[in-house]
Amino acid sequence: MKSDVLIVGGGLMGTIIARELSRYRLRITLVEKTADIAFGGATKANTGIIHAGYDDQPGTLKARFCVQGNRLWPALARDLGVPFQRTGSLVVAFNEEEAHTLRSLQARGETNGVPSLEIIEHRPKLRSMEPHLSNTAVAALHAPTAAITSPYEVAVALAENARQNGVRILLNTEVKKIILKEGSVRGVHTHNGLLEADVLINAAGVSADVISALAGVDTFSITPVKGEYFVFDKRLRAVVQHVLFPVPTPMSKGIVVTHTTSGNLLIGPNAHSVDDKTDLATTTPGLDEVFEGALKLVPQLSTKRSLIITHFAGLRAESSVGDFTVESYDEPHGFINVAGIKSPGLTAAPSIAEQVIHLVQEQGLELTPKATFDPNHRPIPRPVDDIAHTRLTRLLADDSRYGHMVCRCEHVSEGEIVEAIRRGATTLDGIKFRTRAGMGRCQGGFCTPHLLHILARELDIPVEDVTKRGGASKIAPYQAKSLLRG
Amino acid sequence: MRQRDVELAIVGGGAAGLAAAIAARRAGVSDVLILERGQDLGGILPQCIHTGFGLHYFGENLTGPEYVSRFIKQANALRVEHKLETMVLKIAPNRTIRAINRVDGPMCLRPKAIVLAMGCRERPWGTLGIPGARPAGIFTAGTAQWLMDIGGHMLGKRIVILGSGDVGLIMARRFAMEGANVEAVIEVMPYPGGLSRNVVQCVDDFNIPLLLSHTITRIHGSDRLEGVRIAQVDTRRKPMPETERSLKCDTLVVSVGLIPENELSRDAGLLVDEQTGGPVVDENMATSLRGVFACGNVVHINDLVDHVTWSGEIAGKSAARYAFGSFPPPRRRIRLRPGRNVRYVVPQIISGVKPVTCYLRVKRPMRRVVIHVGDTYTFFRRIVRPPEIEVFTLPGDEQIKDGPMVVSITMRDNRDADA
Repeated sequence: MKSDVLIVGGGLMGTIIARELSRYRLRITLVEKTADIAFGGATKANTGIIHAGYDDQPGTLKARFCVQGNRLWPALARDLGVPFQRTGSLVVAFNEEEAHTLRSLQARGETNGVPSLEIIEHRPKLRSMEPHLSNTAVAALHAPTAAITSPYEVAVALAENARQNGVRILLNTEVKKIILKEGSVRGVHTHNGLLEADVLINAAGVSADVISALAGVDTFSITPVKGEYFVFDKRLRAVVQHVLFPVPTPMSKGIVVTHTTSGNLLIGPNAHSVDDKTDLATTTPGLDEVFEGALKLVPQLSTKRSLIITHFAGLRAESSVGDFTVESYDEPHGFINVAGIKSPGLTAAPSIAEQVIHLVQEQGLELTPKATFDPNHRPIPRPVDDIAHTRLTRLLADDSRYGHMVCRCEHVSEGEIVEAIRRGATTLDGIKFRTRAGMGRCQGGFCTPHLLHILARELDIPVEDVTKRGGASKIAPYQAKSLLRG
Repeated sequence: MRQRDVELAIVGGGAAGLAAAIAARRAGVSDVLILERGQDLGGILPQCIHTGFGLHYFGENLTGPEYVSRFIKQANALRVEHKLETMVLKIAPNRTIRAINRVDGPMCLRPKAIVLAMGCRERPWGTLGIPGARPAGIFTAGTAQWLMDIGGHMLGKRIVILGSGDVGLIMARRFAMEGANVEAVIEVMPYPGGLSRNVVQCVDDFNIPLLLSHTITRIHGSDRLEGVRIAQVDTRRKPMPETERSLKCDTLVVSVGLIPENELSRDAGLLVDEQTGGPVVDENMATSLRGVFACGNVVHINDLVDHVTWSGEIAGKSAARYAFGSFPPPRRRIRLRPGRNVRYVVPQIISGVKPVTCYLRVKRPMRRVVIHVGDTYTFFRRIVRPPEIEVFTLPGDEQIKDGPMVVSITMRDNRDADA
């Protein structure tokens, strides 16, 4: 089947573009090389902050899309049924020089159109806002419009909503070659065959330069910048109220102390360029750096190491041009780059998607709104959140498996897991990022065996073939006694 | 929502909960309800197919399933009610329990007394901060054990075990018996973490290298585990780079500690001992919340199931008395405080009016020592080691003073006694 639009990359950018384009009468295909949505790149390893918009230089795409995106987020989150918490942020200064930087951040924010920025120098007030903040802090820039969300939940919700509105999503499908004819895009070769399309949107994250080069556009390169994180037990949820930043450096916004929308304390990321676009390994110096960075903001974390539940690393797409690349070209016609989307990419995403729609229109596609478009995504029911509600009784009457809790730390029921599989999860990580099963304090110790069995049962495959995240990541590859039989 | 009054609710149907239920029924409580989140009664024991259970309690050497089936049979004979695959979501300070399962849906229970017997969970490997990606093939020991001995799966061919606690040692043997190559058991401390009998029977007898003062410094592989870097550690437990080497393996089994599962206890407002990770209890296994008792691994990590069963029996009897309204608060509360080389003592509070069996965990190994309890009692030991709990009984003695008693360990003579 020929598509009008083909989107490369199933991260946040690819899925939000797919979903926004699904408002129109278009045949849309999204291809993703890994086994699931939001599996590889910056979407999964992301701090989850919706920035206020004071960081970026006025006049840049980053500044423009960030402030606009921040305004679009509440409605988007409501439509998608994803978590969105307006926590506000504090950039914390520890000396006069840093306090001075706060004033220029404030001025820059005001130029960018960020509302209600305020510098707090009254220490008792700072203390009452953040009781565990280091007492060596001298001032902080308060941005009440900053918020947090859950990036992978957003991407999954976008993909599901896009699919619900007619978008075709092909997983395990890697683009090998772009077909160009007479200066126009005609389609792509994947290792699963040829896919024809009039417009090709490159949202390939850290690999966006590789895809762009396949189309003959080599105006930028992407360096993967690794960021490492620690996640703490939910018992530490109350340690911070806002997103806490140090004063930023040119390279990054620094190591943040925040909580996630599910209530885990999260610290990170650091920022180090790496060569390998698949290198998701944490490092000893990196993890030390993250912990020390967080201690500067919240010294009492030094006694909380035992409440760490896990650590991970992700790669951001650092572009050689220093700004987002959201553009189309005279040649090849029909090719759109959405590249270098690092921070504040999550915030900017809804606004970037709007811009991409303009670009698609400029390629000559007619955008006729679709009467059947449904903007509402229905999240998987969470019985635990509805425990005192009549909704739960109805849910259980419909499917009693919602009463059987499989993940004991996060209270995830069998009903939720089966529903996640019905919606497209085929791996252990796919279930984890859709339901939180295995994401809690025991990190899957208790539920992993049950998840394996449920996956095998629902997908009708042998347990031996169930993977962690596709490919060669099999979990229990042999049957008992098989090694003894030789 | 379904509401129900019940005499005694027991959270957890493992060795501790079963013992408490049986003791409470025998003490005359008619209405005992066990809430168990797993598929079966028995807790962790059904997957512990090795022997070594019941040597103290029964004077017999039983497997885990054999040991626990005796209690399940008794509980059934005594008509103890149980609900399986039932998750307790919250215990309120007024002892209301919220729970859910697929048969009853959400329910609200109002027991006269509660026994907490939730057991423990394994410390996940992510807490260790070992750098690397997160490939498939890394398991905690208990998960590996479930997959092999309940699920009937085999996880890999070349195995490395991190942590020489009892579970790690037992899994080393288990993998060897299934035909896998166990490349090494790696232990960061200079001494094994498990019982001596397990070092001999699980590792020495199978010629599995036990690398003491070693750790894993790096995970290799991205889809499936391909190997680990290991290194010797110095006296401050820091890896020495010059000793680093690679070990090929497709499976890493991590056994680096057990954590009492006390989220429900903390939410209910129970006083928790940060050293044990469990609720502070007195000699009757009463917690800081009236009518709530605790036993087994939720209180502290036990070495032997026999001790778990005994603590369950005490908790069950106490809860029965509370449910009958015949459980006056103790006249005296004497705090046992950990002193030199003592990590913790359980129970943390005694009354002094009756004999109490106490469990003590040391911080580091010592030879030829004296355990002092206040100025009043002394117990001699040839050797004390962190993996093996010390058990001693304080006699009931109305003469002992009211204030806290420090429990400490000193050398028996003046020679350096650190083992």
